[in-house]
Order: sequence, then C-alpha cells, then structure tokens
Amino acid sequence: MLSGILGTKVGMTHVFNEEGHMITVTVIQAGPVLVTQLKTLETDGYCAVQVGFGEKSDKHLTFPKFGHLKKAGLTHNVRYIREFRVDDSSGFEAGQSIDASIFEAGEVITVTGTSKGRGFAGGVKRYHFKGQQMTHGYMTHRRPCSSGATGPQRVFKGTRKPGRMGTDTVTQKGLKIVSVDAERNLVLVDGSVPGPNGALVTINKVAAKKVKK
Amino acid sequence: MSKQEIIRSVAQPHMKEGLPQINPGDTVRVHCKVREAGKERIQVFEGFVIACKNGHIAENITVRKTSNGVGVERTFPLHSPLVAKFEVTRRGKVRRAKLYYLRDKIGKAARIKEKRS
Repeated sequence: MLSGILGTKVGMTHVFNEEGHMITVTVIQAGPVLVTQLKTLETDGYCAVQVGFGEKSDKHLTFPKFGHLKKAGLTHNVRYIREFRVDDSSGFEAGQSIDASIFEAGEVITVTGTSKGRGFAGGVKRYHFKGQQMTHGYMTHRRPCSSGATGPQRVFKGTRKPGRMGTDTVTQKGLKIVSVDAERNLVLVDGSVPGPNGALVTINKVAAKKVKK
Repeated sequence: MSKQEIIRSVAQPHMKEGLPQINPGDTVRVHCKVREAGKERIQVFEGFVIACKNGHIAENITVRKTSNGVGVERTFPLHSPLVAKFEVTRRGKVRRAKLYYLRDKIGKAARIKEKRS
C-alpha cells in the first residue's frame, strides 16, 4: 500500500462529531492517482512509486511527457507528477489507480502543502516584531528599528528583516482524519492544512511507531 | 462539481431539516440536551434572540435572558445535535438585525414589542 496520496485542498467547513461538538474540517480531494513509473533498486538505486494526479489539457502535453505517460499506458495528460518512497515497489504496476480508500477515519496523518504567499512583508507580520505605538506622538509604527549592536559595525547574517513571506513548503504534523468518502475520494481532516484552496497537498501516513497514544 | 458544491455536500448530512424560522427579537425556548452522571435530560433556556448569524451548517442564534438580575447569553448552532428543539413562543417587532443595544437596557427599557400580523 502506498504511504501517501496527492490531493487538492477544496476548502473548509464544519461537521458534528459523535459527542455533538462542532469541529472544523478541511476537505481534501484525495486522488485518484495513477502510477506512472516504478523505480527499483536495480535501475534507479532506490525504490519508489511515481504517480500522476489531476487534470490538465492535452494542449499543454509536451512530447517527452507524452512518451513518459505512454509507457505507463496513460493516454491523457496529468497535472502533477510526484514520487512516494516505498520499501518494495514490486507490489505496484504502471497505470494502476490508487484512491482515498487507503485511509480510514481516525488515522493520524501529516499534510504537506505550499503556504499562501504574503508578498514582501514587514517585520511585524513576518517575525511578529512588536512594532511601535500607533498614537502618543510616535512617528514610526511598524518599522524594524535596530538591526543589532554598534560594536561589530555590521549586521549579522540571518538577522530578521522584511522580505518575501509565504509560498514555503509547510508540513503539518499530527492531523487526524475525521472521515473518508471513498466514493468521491474526499478526505475530511480535523483542523486546517497549509495553502490556499485548490492547491496541491500531499497526505502522508505516519509510521505506526511514531503515533502518540 | 465546483469546490463550493463539494463543501456544501459534505456538511449537508449533518444539517437538520424543518427548523423554525427564527428572527431577531423573537422569544425562543431552546431545549438543550444536558448529560449529567451518564444520564441525559432536557434543559430549557428561554430568552429573546439578539442576533442571528448565517453560515450554512454553522448558522447560529444568540439568546439573551435575565436570570436573577444577571444577564445571560448563550449561542446555539441551529444544526447542533445537542439541541433537541427550538420553539418560538413570541414574534418580536424590531428595527435592527443585531439587538446588542439591549445589553445596556434594564427593566422596562429592555422590552421588545410584539409583532402582530
């Protein structure tokens, strides 16, 4: 069985649990993914399963990608191609479809996505600097102010400054699956996951020994 | 199916049907399920609705009452399984959607006119 699956974040809503409490859930369209290539120890030096996910117009299908997908018996384009490491890839076959039914309710997972881009952000937003007062005659409000001591006569590398924020790869650990709709390939995750709606997320299973009880 | 339709279809099975129409200013009796010592019983919270908030499954009302001279407010999600029933006992005639100003009124000033149809 694959250790994870690709999906797109659909959005967030609420559901009620058995105790009747309202919980916030993120809906993820997880799969189905199609196996595009099997990597083996002999040919590639490691074992992995390469999968394709999502729809993309054939207009954008390049010739090398077309050839690669054709080898796996795929006739249409896929939006994303990613890999999952496995101990032994012999249990899979090219062209095989894997859906959300590899997950079950109550399972602990990690979700990896790309966080929302914030553009060029200041120190207050980016590093939670305090900033200055808004009133009482202050002429600066959200400036970073001091960049360090005067002794070294330079600014140390890595000093927190304004700059590009967001669009980082973020992994959210310890999330729980609320329910799985195997028919429509929907996974409901308790809480939020990184990234905007419609973005690619990777759901990974957590090794049993790592799950806190 | 659009993203919005998927989200709505996920929440739909958790939603109740046949809920009464509740408006700000109405007096309601909310039958809450209370679990005590392993047993479940019904407790009624009666007051007037000072706010209704939309939001599909997260739709809720804020009910205010005065208990022994102390103002008490509770917010109930309309679709919560912990609420057995909503009962509207009186329709109020109000000119605001949010009746937060009633928090500062005491006694006669805090009354709401009845809506007569």
